[in-house]
Amino acid sequence: MLINFEDERPIFVQIAEGIEDAILAGAFLEESQIPSTTEISVSYKINPATALKGINLLVDSGILYKKRGVGMFVAPRATKKLIEKRRNLFYENYITRLIDEAKRLGIAQTEITAMIERGYRQ
Amino acid sequence: MNCIEVENISKRFGPVNALTNINLKFEPNKIYGLLGRNGAGKSTLLNIITNRLFADSGQVLIDGIKAAENDEVIGKVYMMSEKCLYPEGMKIAKVLKWSNEFYPGFDLDYARRLADEFGLELNKKVKSLSTGYGSIMKLVVALAVNTPYLLLDEPVLGLDANHREMFYRILVQHFAQRPSTIVLSTHLIEEVATVIEEVVIIKDGKILKNESCASLTAKGYTVSGSAAAVDSFVADKQVIGSDSLGGLKSVHILGIPNKKNLPQGLEISRLDLQKLFIKLTSA
Repeated sequence: MLINFEDERPIFVQIAEGIEDAILAGAFLEESQIPSTTEISVSYKINPATALKGINLLVDSGILYKKRGVGMFVAPRATKKLIEKRRNLFYENYITRLIDEAKRLGIAQTEITAMIERGYRQ
Repeated sequence: MNCIEVENISKRFGPVNALTNINLKFEPNKIYGLLGRNGAGKSTLLNIITNRLFADSGQVLIDGIKAAENDEVIGKVYMMSEKCLYPEGMKIAKVLKWSNEFYPGFDLDYARRLADEFGLELNKKVKSLSTGYGSIMKLVVALAVNTPYLLLDEPVLGLDANHREMFYRILVQHFAQRPSTIVLSTHLIEEVATVIEEVVIIKDGKILKNESCASLTAKGYTVSGSAAAVDSFVADKQVIGSDSLGGLKSVHILGIPNKKNLPQGLEISRLDLQKLFIKLTSA
């Protein structure tokens, strides 16, 4: 989990995203316990309220759930949910930006398609 | 009402208005950053809260009770001051022993563990400590006293990078395990920006900002690009400062950025607390 304090997005959003990445990478398995708010805040030296805010974001979206007195766990089917969510964001996060930059540099659509094909061949 | 309330506090030193009509509240179980440039009045305020200095007017309430000359409520507050007030010839082990005698909540084992972690030697005398280790000794005591309110005046003075990082980690851990109200008075803003939840900015003895760190930094943004494009973009916006380099310009703005209508070639980034602080308190 990598937090970049220079990033323009709030730290709690980055905490949530870091946990999502760890779930997608298989580092936090479904139905397994994730590090506690205290562990996260100590390891990044951030206010526990910030870490909690990030975790609550994922609780609200059903990615994590709380076992009272035990801690936070990855919800069943969380990976599937995250993949769906990230797929929906893929166009906005990657394609729109790719096209914007290509326009700035005067790269034609056919050239982009060729580059993508080259990328897949490698 | 578990909080420290500062009501209309004013203090003059001769011709200088050190503090003018200060009103603020330190709420339970939050970490505050008390930020201000040198001479802004941070230490004066903390000294008045702990009854070490007397205000010309106004009052301080701790848990709803007037704090002036009231030992019982003052006992709920521990202040680590910039100055070292321990007897020079006293050994560190004795400092911890006597702190343990005086403070009912003192955790001697924890203090010894912290001293060991920081490499503070208990058989050394107070006068033999470097500036950094002097601060570390005071921090060890401050973290072990377990009062509901902890005021730290320039806590990392003279600490090297490793010890500073260690201190912030230990502080967050301590806070997570035993929540209390902590006030960090400092001008090293970048370092505490992620640790603090609330920000109080003092300038020339007056409160400039008093709000949550998140809401304060969300109120502004920085836009950068070519000078001409930036200038036309910010024409109708509330500018708090700018930096330029050749034909490039960065302007710091108060307001919420509208990313959808951003002209090509301009970039928006987050206004960090340190930048905001510098822009608000300079000149």
